[in-house]
Amino acid sequence: MTSKQTTANTTSPIGIAAKGYAVDSASTPFKLFNFERRMPAADDVVIRIHYCGICHTDIHQVYNEWHMSKYPMVPGHEITGVVEQVGSSVKHFRAGDHAGVGCMVDSCRKCHICKKDTEQNCADSCLTYNSTELDKVTPTYGGYSNLIIVKEHFVCKIPKNLPLDAAAPLLCAGITTYSPLRRYKVDKHTQLGIVGLGGLGHIGVKLGAAMGAHVTVISTSESKRDDAMKLGAKAFLVSKDDEQMKTAANSLDLIIDTVSAPHDVAPLLNLLKFEGVYCAVGAPTKPLEIGAFTLLMKRPTITGSLIGGMKETQEMLDFCGKHNITCDIEKIEATPETIKTAYDRTVKADVKYRFVLDILNAFK
Amino acid sequence: MSPAQNNTIPAKAYAVFADDSPFKVFDFERRTPRVDDVVIRIHYCGICHSDIHHVYNEWKKETYPLVPGHEITGVVEQVGSSVKHFSVGDHVGVGCVVDTCLKCEPCKKHKEQHCPDVCYTYGSTELDKVTPTHGGYSNLVTVKEHFVCKIPNNLPLDAAAPLLCAGITTYSPLRQYNVGKDSRIGVVGLGGLGHMGVKLGAAMGAHVTVISTSESKRNDAIKLGAKAFLVSKDKEQMKTAANSLDLIIDTVSAPHDVNALIDLLKFEGVYCLVGAPPKPLEIGAFPLIMKRPIITGSNIGGMKETQEMLDFCGKHNIVCDIEKIQATPETIKTAYDRTVKSDVKYRFVLDMLNAFK
Repeated sequence: MTSKQTTANTTSPIGIAAKGYAVDSASTPFKLFNFERRMPAADDVVIRIHYCGICHTDIHQVYNEWHMSKYPMVPGHEITGVVEQVGSSVKHFRAGDHAGVGCMVDSCRKCHICKKDTEQNCADSCLTYNSTELDKVTPTYGGYSNLIIVKEHFVCKIPKNLPLDAAAPLLCAGITTYSPLRRYKVDKHTQLGIVGLGGLGHIGVKLGAAMGAHVTVISTSESKRDDAMKLGAKAFLVSKDDEQMKTAANSLDLIIDTVSAPHDVAPLLNLLKFEGVYCAVGAPTKPLEIGAFTLLMKRPTITGSLIGGMKETQEMLDFCGKHNITCDIEKIEATPETIKTAYDRTVKADVKYRFVLDILNAFK
Repeated sequence: MSPAQNNTIPAKAYAVFADDSPFKVFDFERRTPRVDDVVIRIHYCGICHSDIHHVYNEWKKETYPLVPGHEITGVVEQVGSSVKHFSVGDHVGVGCVVDTCLKCEPCKKHKEQHCPDVCYTYGSTELDKVTPTHGGYSNLVTVKEHFVCKIPNNLPLDAAAPLLCAGITTYSPLRQYNVGKDSRIGVVGLGGLGHMGVKLGAAMGAHVTVISTSESKRNDAIKLGAKAFLVSKDKEQMKTAANSLDLIIDTVSAPHDVNALIDLLKFEGVYCLVGAPPKPLEIGAFPLIMKRPIITGSNIGGMKETQEMLDFCGKHNIVCDIEKIQATPETIKTAYDRTVKSDVKYRFVLDMLNAFK
């Protein structure tokens, strides 16, 4: 590990050199980005990044689709790697551990939201990229890079039996689907629906099936039926087939909707039992349209979910370790060109089911 | 009496006989009480906004004649031989449901309003799926014991009548979401439902904020028991109150911006719709995934809960604020027009005891 220190000016940043791929704007390609990670504090963990999953959020942020992008941006929040060094007060990690970092790298840790282990909703939560540290000034850079330094509380252990590459997308896709499955107490009595069979959907099927639920995949495309069954689903509905959807009316306890493209939610709500739960984990830009009579007569819970707290993320990883669950991935070399191609294919849903960048062998 | 005869009791009502036609006197028959029936001399009937939707065919194609009215109070005149809980002279009420199968899951869970065979008090049929049901704009009604409630003796029958719909509709979600002295609740709209939501929420100890389109309702809201008031179109006020409420009861049936209300909710707060806007609600996905609220709805309440609500009102001396009117076709029409314009504090109640003279 190299360190760089400026001696003349005592207010300059002192940090550890790192390399990443960054974009300077919504319309320019990825380029090599030389920057610095902070010197590790007493509660920091230094992680050599091996792999980083490409989440659809990365694409939204890079192209400024949510109008909140700051540049230069180093995306990536599905990070796995190996601990290289720990600060003096770090208790739970040591050099050589397999570790993961997800969508958050800090929060206030004091508010009742943090104390409830739902740090993702802390008003001061610091995202892994396109955000700032708690000082509200220092930008955060994500996992398309070779090194990251993260406060211990926001690092997870990856169970040793899970390969780091296929485990990387668990840090976002995994926790995003795991959290509502646990919140709504999915078990062997649950009739569960997963809408969409992409990065989120495929891991939602695996996790739901591992919890014992009867999983139905709802998709726009008949062609995904066989894959859904192979992943652990017991049933499959084509959402545009009115007959199929009618037969399944009032049959589901919980629907996890992973779809981000605009879509009509009313036929999905018809699938719910009385007082069933519809949980959005995708983020369509158009509002959901929900009829008043559906709310009054079926009294569903319509809600959403966003990743999960740190305690729950570790619990999810341990659950995956116990059940040998990882993501289905397409591992690719990490170069500006491969990232661009992966982005284009992700947007067309042409991947089973997550691209994972080989960061360990990047920047050579 | 021969079982083949129509053993029925003559009754009078105000009915509409076709779409867009005036109320007229309707002479008809209520059933002779079966062993589990209660015969009620109707004293009062509240005018619920639902009555107006039905009479003007706004929700579905109606069958005629249609006698609205599901906020009924009166006095027991006769009981069937196996009736246990009522005697002649009791003060009673009937709400929106007069029969269900009593065997299915919702019925067994005391949520009879969700029975697939639910028989509404009017505009519906009895369990035989043939005999039409006629509501409370009438002088008499025969109802199965299970669907009759006792009105506490300290509550005047006229002001208690709207409890049978407006009362239970707001009480049910307040109870379901455990509203108590630590709760910060919002009631959207200050009409028939809204004013009851404020009174009941305040009686449960909650800090109540009324959210309204109109500043002019502020004083009334505070008098009813609210501690705060927000004008929904005032972005500054709404912003100050962001992330402050545990529960919002939305009573508004006109189209309105629900996302602005969700912004008022705390993380994992509850938004419960009890109004019936005709157009779908538009709810942004980002507030759903960031705030993890429960967005839901509620629809009257079961019979056990309705009785519990009436007993709660008896204990806390809560009734509705009403404008009692004579019951004639003209007064009903005027009341309908004023209700649609929200020009009433807060429910019209028809004096049925003195009608049909």
